[in-house]
Amino acid sequence: MRLHEYQAKQVFADAGIPTPASQLAETVDEAVDAAEEIGYPVAIKAQVHVGGRGKAGGIKLVESKEEAREAAEDIIGMDLKGYHVSTVLVEEAVDFVNELYVGVTMDRNEGRPVAMVSTKGGVNIEEVAEEDPDAIAREHIDPAFGMHPFQARKVVYEAGVDRAVANDVASVLTTLYQLWDDRDGADTEINPLMITSDDEVIAADAVMNIDGDALFRQPEIAEMGEEAAEGDELEQKADEYGFDYVRLDGNVGIIGNGAGLVMTTLDLVDYYGGEPANFLDVGGGAKADRIANALDMVFSDENVDSVVFNIFGGITRGDEVANGINQALEQFDEIPKPVTVRLAGTNAEEGMEILNEDLVTVEHTLEDAVQRAVEYAKEVEA
Amino acid sequence: MSVLVDEDTRVVVQGITGGEGKFHTEQMLEYGTNVVAGAVPGKGGQEVAGVPVYDTVQGAAREEDANAAVVFVPPAFAGDACFEALDAKGIDLVVAITEGIPTQDMARVYRKLQETDTHLVGPNCPGVITPGVAKLGILPGNIFSEGNVGLVSRSGTLTYQVVDNLTNRGIGQSTAIGIGGDPIIGTDFIGALEQFEADPDTHAVVMCGEIGGEDEEEAARYIGEHMDTPVAGFIAGRTAPPGKRMGHAGAIVSGSGTGTAQSKITALEDNGVPVGDTPEEVADHVEDLL
Repeated sequence: MRLHEYQAKQVFADAGIPTPASQLAETVDEAVDAAEEIGYPVAIKAQVHVGGRGKAGGIKLVESKEEAREAAEDIIGMDLKGYHVSTVLVEEAVDFVNELYVGVTMDRNEGRPVAMVSTKGGVNIEEVAEEDPDAIAREHIDPAFGMHPFQARKVVYEAGVDRAVANDVASVLTTLYQLWDDRDGADTEINPLMITSDDEVIAADAVMNIDGDALFRQPEIAEMGEEAAEGDELEQKADEYGFDYVRLDGNVGIIGNGAGLVMTTLDLVDYYGGEPANFLDVGGGAKADRIANALDMVFSDENVDSVVFNIFGGITRGDEVANGINQALEQFDEIPKPVTVRLAGTNAEEGMEILNEDLVTVEHTLEDAVQRAVEYAKEVEA
Repeated sequence: MSVLVDEDTRVVVQGITGGEGKFHTEQMLEYGTNVVAGAVPGKGGQEVAGVPVYDTVQGAAREEDANAAVVFVPPAFAGDACFEALDAKGIDLVVAITEGIPTQDMARVYRKLQETDTHLVGPNCPGVITPGVAKLGILPGNIFSEGNVGLVSRSGTLTYQVVDNLTNRGIGQSTAIGIGGDPIIGTDFIGALEQFEADPDTHAVVMCGEIGGEDEEEAARYIGEHMDTPVAGFIAGRTAPPGKRMGHAGAIVSGSGTGTAQSKITALEDNGVPVGDTPEEVADHVEDLL
């Protein structure tokens, strides 16, 4: 779960990391007032979870009241790579001489956290990692001990940070690791960490991704996350139902159980010449109601022309799935979109007997079911 | 022969008094698994499905000679349950079924694991089955058949799909290991492949991977350098867009393009592993390899 920049900055500031003066604004007037109060130059920054915000026009540097109004009018309400901008952060523009990158993340290959520092801050760090991996100094942390003070110093000096600010940068990194550890961070990052001509160290951006599985013990963060909740209507609906759902661009709706099998179903739709409209995993042990909800959701996606159900029952029972499908379909006078069903595993035979073949097409293998659903989608298209 | 699980496996179920724990204990017993004890703090002295319950895993290991633990404990307490099983003398296999354990808890468990000789499978996995002998976890026993193909997979239902394709052709399995879909897991692909390579009765292996991380790429190099047993592969998530998590916490292609299906497929093929475009094609490859 990702916090907005302004939320992450608040968390960082509360922990003692220096951040620029800033105010949140939801209207153009609020943004202009904030800019006047902070004093120019200020940056006006869209609060959405989009990479490359600046390039996409979501961040503007302004020098006057007129410019501030113009920028706020442009940004508030804009559509940034599919996300609606409803708030901006108005922030003091820091006059810097250097930009660093400082971050803490879980290295899944090592099964341990890693602290990272680079003097190539201010740009996409993933590109730096690919093109010039040596430009990022890394130090793995033993979770049994936490980060030793020497490790913070070591990674800062190894990165080639100027001696005049090294202690302050190490101190920021130490705090960042502490936050990562205390708040169940997945990634915590400052990019850029700005160095001013007076050797001051200021966090000009803030990223805080929290492990969604740990929210039960991070109530404050979970509350912020609700404010930060984004995504289109269907994605929010999926959240309510507790489905793992990802919306895609195609027209074949896909419902299945288990992440690996649902991904495989998507891949097969593509393999047989169709285009997946979504990933929807109903999870293990889904009962009839849940199946009906899943079908309702995929039906309500206007891009969907055909739906394929692929259920391999372990703890999920075929008869429950069949009852759910019937329940969802019997409410329609006319089935809105053709549904193809493939059931295997626990109680699959019972399930196939229950299914009403006037309402759905039953196939017996994964490959046949996917091909049938792709054909239906093409027929509707044509 | 088989790997990890055999006739001598004596199971203690952690969380046996919960709904999932009880149901799957019954299923495991019905399959013929030697479930000898349960472990739930405060519930010692009770019985579930005819199995005696102890307050601690150590108590179950001492009194009932349990040598394997299966974890059905809720996510908030499952990290600690893994620690308890890793700490217990006599337990040499831990299978963690629980989904949704905080990653930082698993990082600590993983650290502890490095200090022991115990095998940990999971978490967020369907478990381990040696067909006809025993199953530890939630896999549906009826789709498996006895044979000599080993199977290792990150995903539960995808495992069932591939096993179904094999069983329908009369190709049985020696052992199937679901290693789990989380970012940090105990036994990884290489750990499972090492087991199969050392088992004379496993004549071929199927490896089902998915997007995210670099485990499949590392496993591909291991296969190329160290394995005589032939391996066939499958990779799920070819159509997954970058930055979107596909259900499993570990199944995500990062923005810089690492962890893609293509990089995994290429790595496998470069090391002599045929990769199927469909589960049915994987079964074709296995037939050729045998």
